[in-house]
Amino acid sequence: MSKKGWAILMLSLVTVLAISGCGAANNQADGGFKAGLVTDTGGLNDESFNQTAWEGMEKAKKELGADVKALESKRDEDYIPNLTRFIREKRDITWGIGFKFEKSMRDVAEQFPDAKLGIVDSNMGGKIPSNVVAVTFKEEEGSFLMGVIAGSMTKTNKVGFIGGITSPLIKKFEAGYVAGVHAVNPKAKVEVVYAESFTDEAKGRTIAANMYDQGVDIVYHASGGVGKGLFNEVKTRKKGKYWAIGVDMDQSRLAPDHTLSSMVKRVDVAVFDVMKDLKDGKFAGGKQVELGLKDQAVAVADTTDKYVPADVMKKVEDYRQQIVDGKINVPATDEELKSFLKK
Amino acid sequence: MKHLEQIHNQSAWLTSLISVLLGMLVGAGMMLAAGYDPLLAYGALFQNAIFQPYDLGETIRTITPLILTGLAVGLAFRTGLFNIGVEGQMIIGSLAAAIVGLKFSLPPVLHSAAAVAAAAVAGALWAFIPGLLKAVRGVHEVITTIMMNFIALNLSNWLVRTWLSNGADSTDKIKESASLRWDLLSQWFDNSRIHLGIMIALLAAYGMYVLLWKTTYGFELRAVGYNPHASEYAGMNVKRSILSSMMISGMFAGLAGACQLLGTSGYLSIRGGFEGIGFDGIAVALLGANAPIGILLAAVLFGVLTYGGGNMQFAADVPFEVIRVVFAAIILFVAANLSQSIFSRARGMRREPHA
Repeated sequence: MSKKGWAILMLSLVTVLAISGCGAANNQADGGFKAGLVTDTGGLNDESFNQTAWEGMEKAKKELGADVKALESKRDEDYIPNLTRFIREKRDITWGIGFKFEKSMRDVAEQFPDAKLGIVDSNMGGKIPSNVVAVTFKEEEGSFLMGVIAGSMTKTNKVGFIGGITSPLIKKFEAGYVAGVHAVNPKAKVEVVYAESFTDEAKGRTIAANMYDQGVDIVYHASGGVGKGLFNEVKTRKKGKYWAIGVDMDQSRLAPDHTLSSMVKRVDVAVFDVMKDLKDGKFAGGKQVELGLKDQAVAVADTTDKYVPADVMKKVEDYRQQIVDGKINVPATDEELKSFLKK
Repeated sequence: MKHLEQIHNQSAWLTSLISVLLGMLVGAGMMLAAGYDPLLAYGALFQNAIFQPYDLGETIRTITPLILTGLAVGLAFRTGLFNIGVEGQMIIGSLAAAIVGLKFSLPPVLHSAAAVAAAAVAGALWAFIPGLLKAVRGVHEVITTIMMNFIALNLSNWLVRTWLSNGADSTDKIKESASLRWDLLSQWFDNSRIHLGIMIALLAAYGMYVLLWKTTYGFELRAVGYNPHASEYAGMNVKRSILSSMMISGMFAGLAGACQLLGTSGYLSIRGGFEGIGFDGIAVALLGANAPIGILLAAVLFGVLTYGGGNMQFAADVPFEVIRVVFAAIILFVAANLSQSIFSRARGMRREPHA
């Protein structure tokens, strides 16, 4: 072998050894409250529940002086090591954001009975381990109000719904939305398409384009990152004729002149409240914390009145009150929706 | 002749090594440019991927499917085929393993063996289709295997939704008897998800070595890879070779799927997209020069980088994407074959005085 080749090889080897040898220092935070958050494969900037959950963490940092940190999962198989990493750091609470954590959360909770954990968007099939708090939302209630807006404002009597992955969670959005449309406008048809993804932006755009081309004028989505495609599509269409409705956080900034409303889900509030309680010594381990319109944990986005006329806003408020008062039982599954539509 | 081959092998080794080091330097440069500390980041990466028993176990778990997908791509390469369908064959392998794991009841060892075998057969059959199209109709395998990936992905998703679960996004956990986990092994590695799949992967690597370099049939496969026309003229059955090498390649991919399902996750969920372990296999095979030992080492490296990359984010706040850049840079340097040019220049300089 040539001398030159060896020289390069040796030089590079030395470099790498130097690189991996140093930098072993680890900064350990002291005493205070520490919390960790693991995202699902959507990542921190998903314009959706991972992002709002992180807002809750940042609020905890500001108001509780907590040391907060996040880990993004790249594949489903990353959930367990990521949760474990925080637990081994002895964080006071470790969050798994999204129902995809259901199975991993159970494994980890059994393996580390002393760790405190939180999961969002899943009640773990009703069997919640005693060291896990499960936060869920009544998304169907908020989605019902989105349906009321869409049903009242459609000119074509055709509205659309884009779902992420077919799952009990997204069915809650669909059922509530369809019921809401039906309540105000029984003639309107709801086109339902599932993208079978929470990340495929291009697919979201294709689905949205197809819907608009077929005469749908208002599309609501509950599909995480897929929804970015919906907003990219609606932006290119005629203002005042084609609309999108956002989800999880106020998404109007994605298409300011084409967004009717957003179904806001205050994951941030829920995450923050659980941590605040925990800091005060209260932890609802083994319990499901279910939040709805009544708790203002799901709500209509503040910017809604920009394009939604006052009479529709009034209708929305009426229905909101009826749901809060328990006069309307919003369906959350296919079966409940069927019997709701029969009435 | 033997001497020549040795030189060739040495240069392949050197190409890979230099490419790895240069790739990591590119990553370090990027981190510096973005204001991160590359020393801290790489330190965290290696320290956290290897030193703790838990992390070591998880790293081995990450390495396991990479070995198998690397072998799948490498074996096809050796026989002149470019199998991009490893990802899909792996999905089908997972699917078959899940079906056997969920729907059958068998005694412990037998059950996992049956599930592994089913995955291998399913992967082989999935690769049989593009192999057949190539052998009979001359359809290019790159096109067909890519298409088959999408069919596999959607078939698996559809079956999970309609048959294997009740409208949920994932199946139940497979029966304990079908699992590839072994309590004793997990305990050695601090309850990590390491599983017996690593044994399957090592056996597969040895199997590929024996098949290709120690049997007449393997010689035929390689001969077809070097020059199909000459092989046909020499009386070898080229069509049969294409078919069987695609199927063996698919079998390795199916085994990777079995390892993921029976060892790592234990359940099958609806996938929003490709996980990319099959595609990573292409990189592993390329870096490992399509030789079993090389593939093993390349899989170890990529596994360490993948698992350690997560820790890098944790300890040094460096985003995981940097690791993907390092991957890409390594592959680029391998493909550009830097050491080869260094060699030829060095050799040229040495020869000039003689001439």
